[in-house]
Amino acid sequence: MAVKTNTRPQNLKMKKADLDLLARLCNAVSVSGDEQEVRDIVLEQVKPLADSVTVDALGNVLATKLGKGKNKVRVMIAAHMDEIGFMLIKDEGDGIFEFRVVGGIDERQLVGKSVWVGREHVPGIIGAKAIHMTTPEERKVALKVEQLRIDLGPDGSSKAKIGDRGTFATKLQVIGPSIRSKALDDRLGVFNLIQLLKTAPDNIDLLAAFTVQEEVGLRGAHVAAYTFDPQIGIALDSTPANDLPFYDTGEVNASYNTRLDGGPAIYLMDGATIGDRRLISWLTAVAEAEGIPWQYRQPGRGGTDAGSIHKTRSGVPSVSVSVPQRYLHSAAGLVRMDDCVNTLRLIQQALIRLDPKILNRQEK
Amino acid sequence: MSLDLIEHLKQMLSAPGLSGYEDPVREIIAEAWKPYTDEITVSNLGSLHGLAKGSAPEPRPRVMLAAHMDAIGLMVTGIDDGFLRFTQVGGVDPRILPGQMVIVHGRQDLPGMVVMPPAFALPPEAASGSVALPYLLVDTGLRAEEVAQKVRVGDVISFAQEPLELAGGTIAGHTLDNRVSVAAVTVCLEALSKRKHAWDVIAAATAQEEVGAIAAFTDPVAIRPDFAIVIDVTFAKGPGGSGWRDYELGKGITICWGANQHPWLFEEITRLADQLDIPYKKDLAPGMSGTDAYGIQVAESGIPVVELGIPLRYMHTPVEQVALKDIFRAGRLMAEFITELPIDFMSKVEWK
Amino acid sequence: MKNETPKDALFALIKSLVETPGPSGQEHLIREVIKAEIKDYCDEIVTDALGNLIARKGKKTADGKRVMISAHVDEIGVMITHVDENGFARFITIGGVNPLTCIGGRVLFMNGVSGVIGVERLEPNTMPKHENLFIDTGATSVADSPVKVGDVAGFYRPAVQMGSRLVAKSMDDRIAAVVAIEAMKAIKTTPNELYFVFSVQEEVGLRGATTAAYGVDPDLGLAVDVTPTGDTPKSTRRSVALGKGPAIKVRDSSFIADTRIINWMVKEAEAQKLPYQMEVLEAGGTDGRAIQMTRAGVPAGCLSIACRYVHSPSEMVDRADVENSIKLLAGLLSKKIVL
Repeated sequence: MAVKTNTRPQNLKMKKADLDLLARLCNAVSVSGDEQEVRDIVLEQVKPLADSVTVDALGNVLATKLGKGKNKVRVMIAAHMDEIGFMLIKDEGDGIFEFRVVGGIDERQLVGKSVWVGREHVPGIIGAKAIHMTTPEERKVALKVEQLRIDLGPDGSSKAKIGDRGTFATKLQVIGPSIRSKALDDRLGVFNLIQLLKTAPDNIDLLAAFTVQEEVGLRGAHVAAYTFDPQIGIALDSTPANDLPFYDTGEVNASYNTRLDGGPAIYLMDGATIGDRRLISWLTAVAEAEGIPWQYRQPGRGGTDAGSIHKTRSGVPSVSVSVPQRYLHSAAGLVRMDDCVNTLRLIQQALIRLDPKILNRQEK
Repeated sequence: MSLDLIEHLKQMLSAPGLSGYEDPVREIIAEAWKPYTDEITVSNLGSLHGLAKGSAPEPRPRVMLAAHMDAIGLMVTGIDDGFLRFTQVGGVDPRILPGQMVIVHGRQDLPGMVVMPPAFALPPEAASGSVALPYLLVDTGLRAEEVAQKVRVGDVISFAQEPLELAGGTIAGHTLDNRVSVAAVTVCLEALSKRKHAWDVIAAATAQEEVGAIAAFTDPVAIRPDFAIVIDVTFAKGPGGSGWRDYELGKGITICWGANQHPWLFEEITRLADQLDIPYKKDLAPGMSGTDAYGIQVAESGIPVVELGIPLRYMHTPVEQVALKDIFRAGRLMAEFITELPIDFMSKVEWK
Repeated sequence: MKNETPKDALFALIKSLVETPGPSGQEHLIREVIKAEIKDYCDEIVTDALGNLIARKGKKTADGKRVMISAHVDEIGVMITHVDENGFARFITIGGVNPLTCIGGRVLFMNGVSGVIGVERLEPNTMPKHENLFIDTGATSVADSPVKVGDVAGFYRPAVQMGSRLVAKSMDDRIAAVVAIEAMKAIKTTPNELYFVFSVQEEVGLRGATTAAYGVDPDLGLAVDVTPTGDTPKSTRRSVALGKGPAIKVRDSSFIADTRIINWMVKEAEAQKLPYQMEVLEAGGTDGRAIQMTRAGVPAGCLSIACRYVHSPSEMVDRADVENSIKLLAGLLSKKIVL
């Protein structure tokens, strides 16, 4: 069974202070290659919590919280600070800019949206030709990014320059049991990793990597893992929940990837990593013992920072755990607060129960 | 010892030296760098490293200059009645091939040319339009028996185009991508040899960039630089070049901005370029640079990278064209930057 | 010629290796089979963090080099993504699996269960995609399905000899493991420190060799793998053919072999008067790339065994090519290496 669904949702709540921090993180503009806004928030949050904090050559924040006693397991947990977005590449004057996407965005998500550009969050829009001037044939063909422009308004050329990054202008909002926001991938991971630094148990050395450039090739995690040289790697990310209804009634969705309310999604295999089965068993056993709903992310493609971590140096057994999210890499993603809270609970409980003997090879 | 840039370029541009087969050009560059360096070594994958020691007491910080020396070209995949079938090494547009003069590096170097079979000798899907690479042939002018003795599968084929001095202080030929950048490094080394610099400088003419920045991922592990300056060519305006990524030929260099380059280093070097009145444009590489910067940046614990670009027309053809002035500009900017590096430069690196 | 199941030791070893299930990530069974085979012929055996089996033979002398030999022991396969209400299972591929080779085929799961691959009705003149395929294990519902999401299977086909040719699934790359094992047995003394790495997860991106090479930190490396031929009707044009000897790889699409390694291999083949062929492959990748890009870089190459129908359940190699590859590899590794 892929999904252990609860009979009824738990309707767990996040504290206001936590939601405020999550909102700050999600509302920040930090496109791959320019993660400064989120980095500043992360540094402010982790400096009081960690034994050591450094920023490395790529801009990763590496925070260490040492455990106590002997036989501590060195656990690297990675959450990426960058989001998908765009870069302005040509100033056509009058506030109109040509742009390119950074990271994987379905180009059909761009048109008719409002955007923020740069540290000042200069507001802009991506428009489209008036429908009155289009033909039905034309409307069948998706617009390509080369045809689109970001319009900052006349005189906008004084407010931004080529090379500036930007992203969708969506503010985080709590809607009933859900959170709607841009950049939940992976500010949820960043938020959870900050919390994990607060509750790091004594039996592990927690090597927290707030990574950069995940969306453009898992680049930050590659160097962070080399520096940390951990024994175990965990990537905290967000993954699509494609649990939408089919148009033809009666058709069953076998490609849902994950489902909302299904709990944290544990990866068996994605395009970048074959998860270590010992770590997968460890996580599912903890979830069962603690009554935390959980699901497998359907084996598939895509990748997380674990893809870089597990291939570091002589190899690091690794696993990924993600919060299911609808509409990933669009202007507004949607998650359930239950799933966010349960993902954090799962990792917290799992770390407490982590036994160094887990690394003894077992044949299955 | 003063550098004759045109002579240095012509020597490099007359040599083959495909990715993985860089020996001929490596020897030329080693000779050129000897007067300006204290130590010349070859890396495990065939890059040339030249160390120009700094004047500060040890342990000194180190800067790596990276300019790839390898060329794109062709490789023999089969021999058909004396004609050679081939594949590409690096990115080769097949449309530039018919009628191209080449050198086949078999048991000896053999002159040859790329030929296009007549349409009736090709399968229907290949018979019209641009003939795709698998259907082209190289004719060495030799009879089949001699070819069988002198050439085998796996032999590399380089472009035979001789370098040309064109009007307006420009030079054209094959492999200006990226030997003009190697020349810029030589200009830099010559300037540094005449003045004091605190830092160690390791100039690297890297191997196998055209097939995936292979040496760029590994050379830094041996060099252990504190930061790296990558110099590569970028696209110049002209026929076939009129987009957002094209820069005027001879009007200045580019300095790269994107995910593979460190924004603080960008600020530092552009400030110096402004002071020195060296014209430059910001070259945007939103996701990745497609150069050695991609590999160097993620070696071991990560290396901050700044990247310069020399505008070039007709990239990846045997008639690439560059303005000599831009080579001097790049070389001079690097030399000035390095000369001014204080010992505690890396402690000033910041993110903002 | 009649098909045979020969009784000789080489065929027995080949059969034992190719028929053991073990797609990427599930190499535990094949690891045990190999361990049992090599334990008397090497000095030390270690299994690393990702599951690579690393066997050291010899200690580096003044004249010697540390050499990594890599033959990957994972095979292509499938992983279940969903079991529907009628017991049919959907899957994703592990490594490069061509849907055309799947239809009507048999799979064998790591838990011993068998399955048949079926295909949905297709539009006329369309090629099947993975999404059109499913596995039938004989189940009639989710509840009685003997397989679940995450279960892994390899393809199933017994090994057979046809004249001078050997046919089995997973010649890629178990035949290379055979060559490595037999070379290890044949080497009596060597000035070199040899690390035979039976690597994991090659088919999903050379992952095992990447980490094994970092750990071994060799002076030079040699992958051993299969390479497709150009000697079947209207095939892609390639010069490599069955029976023309071990192939010395010049390049594939993942790396360019070090010319010093190529020359070393050519010299040895000529010294032993073995047939050999030069290989240029415009596709594919092998552990050679992973070794080459380790640490400060490692001169690396690849010894290839010509193989027809690669990544199908009936990969075909030539027996003489296999035997000559063993001789070539043993000769290369047992002598002083001058690059």
